[in-house]
Amino acid sequence: MAPKALDYESMNENVKKVQYAVRGELYLRASELQKEGKKIIFTNVGNPHALGQRPLTFPRQVVALCQAPFLLDDPNVGIVFPADAIARAKHYLSLTSGGLGAYSDSRGIPGVRKEVAEFIERRDGYPSDPELIFLTDGASKGVMQTLNCVIRGEGDGVLVPVPQYPLYSATISLLGGSLVPYYLEETANWGLDLNDLQQSVAQARSKGITVRAMVIINPGNPTGQCLSEANLREILRFCYQENLVLLGDEVYQQNIYQDERPFVSSKKVLMDMGPPFSKEVQLVSFHTVSKGYWGECGQRGGYFEMTNIPPKTVDEIYKIASIALSPNVPAQIFMGLMVNPLKPGDISYEQFVRESKGILESLRRRARMMTDGFNSCRNVVCNFTEGAMYSFPQIRLPPKAIEAAKRAGKVPDVFYCLRLLEATGISTVPGSGFGQKEGVFHLRTTILPAEEDMPAIMESFKKFNDEFMEQYEDYRGYSRM
Amino acid sequence: MRRFVIGRGRNFLNRSHQQNLLSSSSSHCQSRFLSSTSVIDSPSSSSMAPTSSPAITVDSLNPKVLKCEYAVRGEIVSIAQELQTNPGSHSFDEILYCNIGNPQSLGQQPITFFREVLALCDHPSILDRSETQGLFSADSIERAWQILDQIPGRATGAYSHSQGIKGLRDTIAAGIEARDGFPADPNDIFLTDGASPAVHMMMQLLIRSENDGILCPIPQYPLYSASIALHGGTLVPYYLDEATGWGLETSEVKKQLEAAKAKGITVRALVVINPGNPTGQVLAEENQRAIVDFCKKEGLVLLADEVYQENVYVPEKKFHSFKKVSRSMGYGEKDISLVSFQSVSKGYHGECGKRGGYMEVTGFSPEVREQIYKVASVNLCSNISGQILASLVMSPPKVGDESYESYCAERDGILSSLARRAKTLEDAFNSLEGITCNKAEGAMYLFPRIQLPEKAIKAAEAEKTVPDAFYCRRLLNATGIVLVPGSGFGQVPGTWHFRCTILPQEDKIPAIVTRLTDFHKSFMDKFRN
Repeated sequence: MAPKALDYESMNENVKKVQYAVRGELYLRASELQKEGKKIIFTNVGNPHALGQRPLTFPRQVVALCQAPFLLDDPNVGIVFPADAIARAKHYLSLTSGGLGAYSDSRGIPGVRKEVAEFIERRDGYPSDPELIFLTDGASKGVMQTLNCVIRGEGDGVLVPVPQYPLYSATISLLGGSLVPYYLEETANWGLDLNDLQQSVAQARSKGITVRAMVIINPGNPTGQCLSEANLREILRFCYQENLVLLGDEVYQQNIYQDERPFVSSKKVLMDMGPPFSKEVQLVSFHTVSKGYWGECGQRGGYFEMTNIPPKTVDEIYKIASIALSPNVPAQIFMGLMVNPLKPGDISYEQFVRESKGILESLRRRARMMTDGFNSCRNVVCNFTEGAMYSFPQIRLPPKAIEAAKRAGKVPDVFYCLRLLEATGISTVPGSGFGQKEGVFHLRTTILPAEEDMPAIMESFKKFNDEFMEQYEDYRGYSRM
Repeated sequence: MRRFVIGRGRNFLNRSHQQNLLSSSSSHCQSRFLSSTSVIDSPSSSSMAPTSSPAITVDSLNPKVLKCEYAVRGEIVSIAQELQTNPGSHSFDEILYCNIGNPQSLGQQPITFFREVLALCDHPSILDRSETQGLFSADSIERAWQILDQIPGRATGAYSHSQGIKGLRDTIAAGIEARDGFPADPNDIFLTDGASPAVHMMMQLLIRSENDGILCPIPQYPLYSASIALHGGTLVPYYLDEATGWGLETSEVKKQLEAAKAKGITVRALVVINPGNPTGQVLAEENQRAIVDFCKKEGLVLLADEVYQENVYVPEKKFHSFKKVSRSMGYGEKDISLVSFQSVSKGYHGECGKRGGYMEVTGFSPEVREQIYKVASVNLCSNISGQILASLVMSPPKVGDESYESYCAERDGILSSLARRAKTLEDAFNSLEGITCNKAEGAMYLFPRIQLPEKAIKAAEAEKTVPDAFYCRRLLNATGIVLVPGSGFGQVPGTWHFRCTILPQEDKIPAIVTRLTDFHKSFMDKFRN
């Protein structure tokens, strides 16, 4: 038999190094169990519609009309679709160069990018240039494209928060770069310590790594913390001093569940700081239609905005985008609708506001319910979910549990999460998938299960957890009599 | 009440104004130091001033990014966009983009049935309303229900399984089996945002360093050269033979393979584009069998780009998938590693903007398959609407379905029109002095060869331009027609070509032919030796 050209041994090593726990071992095991008939609650990924959140009505009406423009000529269309959806569909179709089925400009439809720029300007109070906004098939693609430009080899390092959303670690592995971790401090509400940051950079440099970029996720994933303006200023100043391009992952900017720290964009803070920072610090900001209260993950719609990136570099990024021809057009329309929402007076406005508020208020309640629920469990400590879509409780595993995990050949939090899955059907992602301090264990779950299901889920978790802890704790102080 | 889509909603599909969005090529190096009125700190101080130029400039970009090129949307297109912002200053009244296989941007209408199903899947709540029956065909409603039932919670806005929705993969597998007569496994299918990301995935897996080579046809669709450059590998060219209708000779491939090996390159895969792009040839079955045997013997992964499988315009040729050919030779999973790419962008459906496609991966070990899955999972999944469309393309309306006849009429109308346009343009090119053009047996392009006079070549050199780009640029400025110079695809050194799509609507073709003919005549008058 002829030699096989591609087998595991002869594969690109970088691919082998990649890990993406969000759809890793736990998810695969959960899927197996589901096939066997077990009821599984998938809380492994921020996928709202999969857990019953309904799509917003208006955007779906608009995109359906764009899919089938012949409907617009049908005299009965007004019976099924409201007038403002019809008008909006016509508007977006006129911005395309042949409807949904034609490749658009590789950076995205110019008219939609203009709407994104206008949104950014309204949000931040500073002008935004559509030429520096690229639409992408999801924010993830934009992140990969940006890191692909930055990473030349393993000598290039990217500062990534720990815990982080493993898109960053996976992409850095794939591209053959070096991940330079900076630890968020759990006891300080997952705050960022400048000293720690400086130390991380110094350490990396002493190993011969050129630190090129820094990632912040605000609001955080998995940690949910919302950065204060002061924090953002410190970070931007740090990037200026250390000559780093800042990647601002702001995909959860609509998901804010407390009022002390509303969302402020990195761009706004940068512009507020004035020169030299506002003219020098390089920033790439990411957003998406997948999160917020839209939750349209399956559309794969996102954008990135570049600040202070030199024109020739922008050209190169455009060139790379052109190889992929264009981002998918329906998602571009979702993006346009998201940044250019309905206004008071529009026929569908009230329904839209009702649906949006309903979702956001429910998320806020669920964030609270989950945090409190976890905190009521034995050996579980959970910071409040200030933003994003996740809860990241710390599970204080007793030494006996850790031993049992070792015997089973599993990382301790994986061991815990697998037991949780088998016992309750709740599919989470072990904290090791995101990174954490040595010897500290977490799991990530989403706050997305339906509100009416939450109490039962938290009860189920508590029952499992408390029994688990009883099983593995040292019985010395815990009499059962 | 259903009607044909032709002529519909076109009022709303006006082309946007494309502005010149590319900056000039002058260098713009941002100085980190403040103006002369401010104090420049010493590098060693811990104060505000940074110590060097911005982190990200062209000089410090990943060199693989700098190296790769993609002519289809390259320089010639930027020039066209610039011209478009200054209408009225030219002798032509519109720019005709014949550079890119983007049918619907040039007026081709989508297949009504597909769009009905997609619209219903985008907005499923209208399925509960009786009025919907009046707006959509009964079978599109039925198909939408069927598809929605295959999606957990009918949630088309949720991330799916990273390979794509299982039920849709089942449909696609059944479609492959119906096409080939050999079974297909839904677990071998990975739905992607167009075929291009799937190609990138395979290059990522195959290329470890610049010592890994991928055999590519010359001329080739420059996704391959760009992807290989981006992943740091080496493109090993094998030349298609223009004299024999762009024939693929395994002896040529073997020769190139051996030459690469001698240079220390490990050749990992063979790319075959069938029908060809830009060359349009449809491989004969015995040719395909030789290729399969070659890959099996040499231990190469066969990467079969089959996105134009529905675009065959000559009765003497038929599309046969490499999967079918391999299986009909008695070769199974153990014998040949094959990746077959398909897309919703081409064929008669031409749904480029949807970004739908898949790769069927056969003949790899479970460990490799796990890695492919893992890479796919980092991006979570491809867009759901594109996934649905891929399943529709692989299982369109059947005899007896309400939409069957109108579907066939639309499909056959488009395909026969493409065949006519291919012939008209081929004849037109062949009538021009110094130009020979092979028949477009399939795909969407013509790739004529132009014998440029010495004078023209020298003029091009004086302008520091490649001769075929020189020709294309002049053609664009004179006629508004955008073609892609052959150097963007690769060609035998010393020969020149350009690629022209067959996609402008039929009523525009006579004007195009006239403009091309007039331009070419004046070009030759000017530069003839």
